[in-house]
This record gives sequence, structure tokens and C-alpha cells, in this order.
Amino acid sequence: MAVNQKQYVIFKVENDEYGADINKVTIIERMLNITRVPKTPQYIKGVINLRGDVIPVMDLRTRFSLPGKEADDNTRIIIIDINGISYGIIVDSVVEVLQFDETSIESVSGFTSNVNLDYISGVAKNNDRLITLLNLEKLISELTNA
Amino acid sequence: MDISQYLGIFVEESKEHLQDLNTSLLELEKDPGNISILNEIFRVAHTLKGMAGTMGYTRMSNLTHKMEDVLDGLRNGRIQVSSDVVDILFKCLDALESYVENVSSTGSEGEKDYSDIIEFLSEISSKRKGAGEPVKKENKPKNEANAGLKLELNEYDKNVIQNALDQSLNVYQIYVELDQKCLLKAARAFIIFQILQSNSDIIKSVPPVNDIEDEKFDYFFTVVIIAKKSREFFEKELNSVSEVRKVEITEITRNHLETVKQTSESNAKHPEEKEYKPVTKDSSQKSAEKKVSGKTVRVDIERLDVLMNLVSELIIIKTRLDGIISDSGDRECSQTIESLERVTTSLHDAVMKVRMVPVETVFNRFPRMVRDIARDLNKDIALHMSGEETELDRTVIDEIGEPLIHILRNSADHGIEMPEDRIAKGKDKTGNIWLRAYQAGNNVIIEVEDDGSGINVDKVRKKILEKGLESEESINGLSDEEIIEYLFMPNFSTSDKVTDLSGRGVGLDVVKTKIEALGGSVELTSKRGQGSKTIIRLPLTLAIIQALLVMVGNEKYAIPLNSIREICNLDPQDIKYVRNQEVTVLRDTVIPIIRLHDVLDIEREPDSNKKSLTCVIVKKGEKLSGLIVDSLINQQEIVIKSLGKLLSGIRCIAGATILGDGNVALILDVNSIV
Repeated sequence: MAVNQKQYVIFKVENDEYGADINKVTIIERMLNITRVPKTPQYIKGVINLRGDVIPVMDLRTRFSLPGKEADDNTRIIIIDINGISYGIIVDSVVEVLQFDETSIESVSGFTSNVNLDYISGVAKNNDRLITLLNLEKLISELTNA
Repeated sequence: MDISQYLGIFVEESKEHLQDLNTSLLELEKDPGNISILNEIFRVAHTLKGMAGTMGYTRMSNLTHKMEDVLDGLRNGRIQVSSDVVDILFKCLDALESYVENVSSTGSEGEKDYSDIIEFLSEISSKRKGAGEPVKKENKPKNEANAGLKLELNEYDKNVIQNALDQSLNVYQIYVELDQKCLLKAARAFIIFQILQSNSDIIKSVPPVNDIEDEKFDYFFTVVIIAKKSREFFEKELNSVSEVRKVEITEITRNHLETVKQTSESNAKHPEEKEYKPVTKDSSQKSAEKKVSGKTVRVDIERLDVLMNLVSELIIIKTRLDGIISDSGDRECSQTIESLERVTTSLHDAVMKVRMVPVETVFNRFPRMVRDIARDLNKDIALHMSGEETELDRTVIDEIGEPLIHILRNSADHGIEMPEDRIAKGKDKTGNIWLRAYQAGNNVIIEVEDDGSGINVDKVRKKILEKGLESEESINGLSDEEIIEYLFMPNFSTSDKVTDLSGRGVGLDVVKTKIEALGGSVELTSKRGQGSKTIIRLPLTLAIIQALLVMVGNEKYAIPLNSIREICNLDPQDIKYVRNQEVTVLRDTVIPIIRLHDVLDIEREPDSNKKSLTCVIVKKGEKLSGLIVDSLINQQEIVIKSLGKLLSGIRCIAGATILGDGNVALILDVNSIV
């Protein structure tokens, strides 16, 4: 793999495709039982038991102000690790792993989107698909700064 | 040379030595003439010098070297122990501590030279020099001078013998010669040692026991024993062993000791040598104690954490198995599970014990601190500590120091009055602070009590009114205890520093937050004019606790058992309102009612649908509150897991645990709910 190539886990929420830096993804799980935690932001669905560790999970639909959806067979929880802080994101389905050349990633300044631009680190083009790359640090910045 | 791998050990050991030094210095201040304390200090300084030198910390070893000069002067009487000298030694200690601190954080000792201290040290040691060069320590009495004794006795032996004679025990020197034809002389010697050991204490053997065991001796050896039994007894016993050619028993008396002393003195080249002789009784005991504490292993705390986590996992799985098997109803399985449970419980206890550290490690810096405060303020304060051996989980120990410093400072600074004020009040000139630790059930209690002026409750009342926290009429309804509670409020404190409201508020909110974060509680009581008392209650361990599982709505929550007082059923009609707060009366006590549904944002059915409400009465300090839940599930051992950094700081939730079915249940933080 060339130095300027990066791999991303591609997943779907509603009709859009998103990418998460594979270096920050620990594991992908099927839907698990979630325990609600009171006094947390709406988009924190609760906590799960991941092999003995208690890990908070975020619902990306709520985070992106999308309509809710019942979990089904395709629903996955992607566990992210950022400098030792772990959290999960609930996505509709995981599609594949893709490799992007850094030059093929465009910045998002000047875009309009229903997703808060802060959470997006760029957009990658793959044939005619447009994949939104998430800024996984920013997704939880409200919680880490609190 | 790469020394980085030794850094950790260096820092650990240095800290230990510095702590010893601190204790010894404090003792020296109280008992300046005690040569054994001086020897101890010298030993520590010397060890530190050696360690620093090996690690290449030249500044540190230079400082300790100068310290040694002064200490040497103190030991041989060239320099008198005065408060100046002790002060400078304390300064050295501080300097050394900061070197070690630097080493542990940056890996190098730092740039500071402490030239002022070094200069002062050299001044002290040079000023009173002239009695000659520093004395060499090794100056053992010569063998032939020991009238009637085959052995050389060193200071330590003589001391032990002296002690034994004081207790009117017999001391014998026994010379044993084995038959030349003896084949297994080590085995023979072993039998003799066995006989001696079961009837006496062997304090010395020439050649050493190890050599005898390895057959590294000719056909004779000499031992010194302390025994109650008579000389005839040993003569008979030893002669009954076969292949023994000759047994000579000489009784060692005070005369022997005297001759040894005299000969060594006459042998000594320097008159200063005398200083080494009168080693006091306790030093021999001390060195004996030190010899015992050899069988320990240093373990990184992280490894213990890993071990603890594994035990936690095991307990979770056990609980899970328990659930599955009790459903299936298989008897053999449930018996096996019971055995497993016993093992996991013992394992948990064992691991917990390994993590336990005596509170001494925190307490031992306080005498120095109180001494310094007392000196700064020109007060006379005695700190009495007890229960230093009480053990607490390492994690708790690490956190408890700071709150205790706060409380002790408050006591010393604001509680204890100036000596003249104390005399005027008819108290003893010296103020007392008691620091006690003891275990009570699953808690460890730490108390700080002083016999100072106590809290001026009226001033606190005024303050509360000034701040508009209570109205004029409501404040009269509050008891003194409730008033004192206000001192723990954040921001209440900072302003009293200015008005100097007996100062008790300073940082008390910090203390409270810290202790509560550890799952403990703080109480403060005070008697005007007679002093005040702070009581800290801490859980023995943080990782695994007993808890009651309850249902609220369709969610499960765990309530730590140590905060539950009792459980009762309430008729909805028994709930009354006082100032918009739901309360109930239980055995003549008014208890506020808290609806967990409301606290946890869960919808609840109106009470009218229910015949009775389940109420868990919890206590926070002495205060009771009733938590309304939907139903009780069971009591269980739970493993506390943190919610992680992302969800930290949620009020009302102390953590999470994993239940037998693999689901997560949240643990309620009773202290923040009530």
C-alpha cells in the first residue's frame, strides 16, 4: 500500500455512505443489548457490554438528525478507539472496506449538508459513489470537553 | 551505560529511604542524644549517596556526602545536635526529595545545586572540626584480647547478650569438637544445631551456619546461645550425640562484655570511638525487626490491576453460570457452582489483600507537616497517630492524602489556638491533634480530632444569611449539625478566608468531593471551645461490592448495599408533603422520599394504581432518605466498571456493572441523589 493511501470502513446510514478510518476501528459488532444511561445527550443510546468492558454507544441517526429506525439484521455497531477512549456508533449496515488515495479526498468547505460539517473530515469519490469521511474525534468532542 | 531500567527501582527505594530519614529526623529532634537514631540517619544518607552515585546523579550524591560529614560529626560528638542542625537536615531532606521527584518525572536530577544548604553544611562540619580526621568505623577488638572467649563479639552481639543478661537469661559459648572419624560432619553438626535450636536461641556461630551446612569447617565449631536451661543440661544433651569428641561450655557474663569493651577501647586509635558503644536497647530490636522483613516482592501496581480485572471477569462469569444452572435445576451442577463460588470469593479476598496498603504510607508524612505548620505559626502542637497499620486499597490510599492534608491543616492552622490563648482558656499549652484509623465492618474510618477552639457556629449562621442561602426564619430551624454541613458547600469556603471564620471552610468542599468520589463520606462535628472532629468513612475496596438490584420502570439498577439501611413497603397514603417535598414518617423519623423514576427520567404510573410502594431507605452519613423503586430483584456481588471517560461525571450514576445475563446495569450514586 502506498504511503498516501488510507483504508476506510464504509457503512450506510439512511441513504448515504460514510467512511471511518480503519486505524481507529477496533471491531464491528452485531446489534447488542443497550442499557440506557440517564442524563446523557439524546444521541448517546446507552452502554453495551463488550466482552467485559462497558462502552458507550452513539446513534448516528440521532446525531445527524435523521428519522429513527428499528434495528434489523444489517444493523451494526462499529467500535471506535481514539487514544484509549472507546465508543460505538450504530449504523444501518457495513458495506465494505475501501482504499482511497489522499489526493482523491476533497475537503468539505463550501459544502452544504444536513450533517453538521464539523463531523466530516472530507469527501471521497469512488467511481460515481460519494463517500462522506467522518471526523471520529469531533463526533465525541462535546463529551470529552465537558 | 543504560540506567533507565533501574530508574523505577531507584525512585521507589529512594522514596523509602527518604521516608525513613524523615521519621528518624523527627525522632532525633525529640531525642537528640540517641546515638542509634543518628546511626540510622547516617546509614540512610550513606545508602542514598551510594545509590545516587551509581546512577550518576552527582548533585544528589554531593549533597548527601556533605550531609554525611555533618552526621559523622554529630555521631562522634564534635557537633552538638541543635535545632539549627536538625533544621538544615530537614532542608537537605526536602532538597533530596525534590531531586528524586525530578528524577521520577524527567529522568534527570535537575539543575538545582542547593549551594546554600551545602555551604551551610560545610560550615557546620568545618567549624567544629579539629578533633582529627573522621573516624574509621571498623575497629574490632582483637581476638586474643578476649579473655576466655573463643569468639569475637561485635557491637550487635554484645547488645543482644546484654539484653539477655538483663532478663536474667543464661548466655553460653559452646565449643564443639567432632570426632575425626566422623563421616557426615555436616549432618552431625545439624543434629547439634537442632538440639540447641529447640532449647535456646543461637545468636552467633563460627564458622557461620551456612558454611557448616556446606561442610565448610574443620572438626570444630563454636556457637553463642541464649537459654533459660542450665549449663549441665546442654552438657548432657550434647554429649549424648555420638561422634562428638569434646564439648566445652563457657558461661558468658557481664565481665566478658566488660573486657571486650575495654580491649576494644584500648585498641581504638581515636577517643571518638567511644560513641559507638552505648547503643541503646531499641536499636538492637530495630535491627532485628529489619532482618525479618526480607521476604517481599515488589510488584507493579498495573500488574495487580490486571489481576484484579481478571478476578472480576471470573466473578461475572460465575454469576452468569449461576443464573443458567439455577434455571436448569441440576443438583450436581449447582453444587459444583457452589464450590466455584467459594474459590472465586477466596481468590477475590486474596487479590484484594495484595492490593491493600497500610495507611501508614500516607500518615507518615504528617508528623513533619504538622511540625512545620506549628513552627511557622509559633504554636505548640502534638500529633498523635494511631492505627497506622489499618489497610486500605491502593487506589484509595493514593487519593486520600490530599483531603487529609486539608483537614489536618485546618486543625493545626485554625483549630488549635496560640499557646497563650490556650493557657488563658485553662487548656494545656500544647494543642493536640489525633489522627486515628480503624476498620469498622466493610469500612475504614479515619478520624481527625483536635482540642482547639471548634467551629464558631454563630459565625457560620451569619455567613449563610449574608449569602442568602437561607432565610432569617428558616435558619433558626436548623440544628448546629445542619449549619456545619454548609461548610462543605463549594464557594462557601473561599470567602471565609477573608473573614477568617475559624477557617474551617477552606477547601472542605474539595475534601468532600474527593472522598465521595471514592465512595466514602465525611462528617464534621464540633464543640465550641473544645475542638472539632472530622470523620471520614471509606470503603475497603473499590472494585467489587455487594449491591441490591432493583427495577425502576423496566430498567435494572444496582444500589450499593453499604448505603442501604433497610427496605420497607409504604402505603401511598403515608406519603405526606412538607414544603413541596414528599416525606414519610418511619418510626418517628421524618424521611424525605425520592422518586427514582423522576431522578432517572423514567415515566411512572400514578400511585393510585398501586396498593403499596417499595421503598429502599438509604443513608448518607446520618441522614436517611427513601428511594421509591418498582420492585426488588436480588442481592448480588457486583464488579464496578467505570462508564469510561466519555460518560464520566454523570450525576446520580456511580458506574456500571455487568449482570449474569451479560447486560449492563447502572450503579446508583446514593450520595449525589439524596
